[in-house]
Amino acid sequence: MAISSPSNKKEKRWKGFDIKNHKALILGSVGFLAFSAIVLAVLGPAVEFPIKIGRTISEGIDDSIGWATTSGAWFLDPTSDGVLRFLLLIKDFFEWLPWPIFIVATVIGSYKTAGRGIAIFAVVSLTMMGSLGLWVSAMETMALIVVAVILSISIAVPIGILAARSNLLDTILRPILDGMQTMPSFVYLVPAVMFFGIGDVPAIFATIIYAVPPAIRLTNLGIRQVSSEIVEAAMSFGTTPRQLLLKVQIPMAVPTIMAGINQTIMMALAMVVIASLVGAGGLGEDVNRALNRFQPGEALLSGLGIVFLAIIIDRVTQAAANERQKALMGER
Amino acid sequence: MAQSDAPKLSIRGLWKVFGHKATGGDVPASIATKSKADMREDDGVVLALKDVNFDVQEGETFVVMGLSGSGKSTLVRTLIRLIEPSYGEILVDGENVLEYSEQELVEFRRRKTAMVFQHFGLLPHRTVLENAAWGLEVQNMPKAERLERARETLEMVGLQGWEDYRPAALSGGMQQRVGLARAIAADPDILLMDEPFSGLDPLIRRDMQGELVRLQEQLHKTLIFITHDLAEALKLGTHIMIMRDGVVIQLGTPEEILAHPADDYVAEFVRDVRRTSIVTLRTLMEEPGLQVRESYTPSKAIEEMARVGVVSAFVVDAEGHYVGVVSFNSAAEAKQRGDATIVNACISDEYPALAVNTPVESALPLVQHEESALAVTDSEGILVGSVQPHTVRDAMAQEAQEASDARESVGSSALEMEQSSLRTSSGNAEEEKTTTAT
Repeated sequence: MAISSPSNKKEKRWKGFDIKNHKALILGSVGFLAFSAIVLAVLGPAVEFPIKIGRTISEGIDDSIGWATTSGAWFLDPTSDGVLRFLLLIKDFFEWLPWPIFIVATVIGSYKTAGRGIAIFAVVSLTMMGSLGLWVSAMETMALIVVAVILSISIAVPIGILAARSNLLDTILRPILDGMQTMPSFVYLVPAVMFFGIGDVPAIFATIIYAVPPAIRLTNLGIRQVSSEIVEAAMSFGTTPRQLLLKVQIPMAVPTIMAGINQTIMMALAMVVIASLVGAGGLGEDVNRALNRFQPGEALLSGLGIVFLAIIIDRVTQAAANERQKALMGER
Repeated sequence: MAQSDAPKLSIRGLWKVFGHKATGGDVPASIATKSKADMREDDGVVLALKDVNFDVQEGETFVVMGLSGSGKSTLVRTLIRLIEPSYGEILVDGENVLEYSEQELVEFRRRKTAMVFQHFGLLPHRTVLENAAWGLEVQNMPKAERLERARETLEMVGLQGWEDYRPAALSGGMQQRVGLARAIAADPDILLMDEPFSGLDPLIRRDMQGELVRLQEQLHKTLIFITHDLAEALKLGTHIMIMRDGVVIQLGTPEEILAHPADDYVAEFVRDVRRTSIVTLRTLMEEPGLQVRESYTPSKAIEEMARVGVVSAFVVDAEGHYVGVVSFNSAAEAKQRGDATIVNACISDEYPALAVNTPVESALPLVQHEESALAVTDSEGILVGSVQPHTVRDAMAQEAQEASDARESVGSSALEMEQSSLRTSSGNAEEEKTTTAT
């Protein structure tokens, strides 16, 4: 009996398509068909929208950005200056750093965190980049990435923490972050140039907009994920909210926050070519130039340079996050 | 156990309704009169605690018992406001915890209470030692001092040598010892324990219960212990409060609950418990009968025995401590030897005293081969009564008869047999302790 019952049920369901229960569906379809027929008969196939406000709004936005550029100079100029100064500092460092030291340091670092495979990969790929003549561009790109990532993290972690503690902020933030991640980056390149002029600064600005959401999301998630019993246990001993955050929630969220930082770095690298459109230098500029001069070989080599950097950084940061996760789970 | 008159902890009219916004003041009629099911249906709120009242004296072990959903875990959390109660008063040392400001509450949690959790709630990224020191760290005690205190406490719970491991490397039982050490290290007045041993397997659980009893004898904390296991409640509790659906069903001593279950719900629990493992000699003992001082002369002792019409008597010292037994014959021999007192005539080896809190079950092997009444003493060794060997044997026989009746009606299970054999073996261990103590 039990075996035959499913087929019985099926049969019943077919037979029992009950008109009473689907009245709304049937009425709706009939109504919709009638409405479509009337529209086609009266207005024809090419009906225009009666309201057109797109142009007014876009012009309004243009005007307000123009206004912000001039009257916000007191804020924009020092910001631009500060970022530029920071970037130059880092750039000078990377340009000053002799390549053998960079290679050896990278190899030791990746061997310690990610193991032998990545260490070997780092030696080979970095040597290749040197011999392909990509070294100077690669260092410039590194400087851009480092600055963009440091700024992204210093924005993302505090916002992520706040979002973890306030459901309201979390709800407000979610669609904004979705928008930042899906909005085509060209859209905010133009205002970036208007605000900061051509060069590295608008590139960094655009990179931050694109790369900051995952770090915010994962910081938020990491803190919310801390088991409620551990939080309760910690609180039962009389922690202040500050002690709870600094001694329990953040340490336990570190692996997730690090995963967010890893994603931020990857997304910053993905922005390198687009950022070169507004004047950023480095490997992205090389790809862009090759594109304009129709040199696919040159473009491929520079692109490979970005890939190598991405793989090394990704594996090392991921390994570091895993290490931390293991330490949390008590596997020493 | 010393008890002052004012209770350490006093709960008055405590309510918790999840999803209901408390209005302050009195409990509104819409809440007070409805049943739990109606509340969920009509208002979408969940009743967790309904007008709970109880007192806990300093130094006692107060057990709250109930099945899941009975509100017991909510209750223990409301005591330190991990969950805010809707209405009522929580008085600790006469102060209403619900009126505390944010800072006062933090201070209260730091100084007055500490809690042990079912799933331990240890910080996985810290070592055992750092976990044990957590309460002290939160109090901002200097590092060297708090680690020293934590080390001492870990030693108390038998975890020396494990200080530098992380919790994940330890077994469940050991992790809960860390939880216990963490709570004790903070030196609170009140220890809250939320089903601390429920996640452990039976042998470890028994072990930990013993450990808790031992620690409690040392520390004399006020203990609020949550459990769903009546056997555990009876073993540990000085008072037991049974809850169902957020309502207190019965509150009493273990013996009261065993003897007079308030309703079928409680009776259902009690049915599964072997009474003789809980009921102590206190319930079976009689008046001690004739007592003679060890300073009496042999002739005076003989005189007394002849007057009352017995052939032996218990001997006590000036403070009433039990010394031994003197018989008519031994007193007569002492008189012939010309002894000044009956001290030498007194036989103590063959007549050990039984502690008044010995469970009947554990007392059985001790009285098995005795013919005459045995002395019963309190924890200070003062003679408080006597017990006839046949009374103990009768009580055990009655229990066995009831158990076999029950088994015939429900059918015996292998598990039950196993549990009862475990119980007997632990009974033997306790009995050894009693013997060496007396």
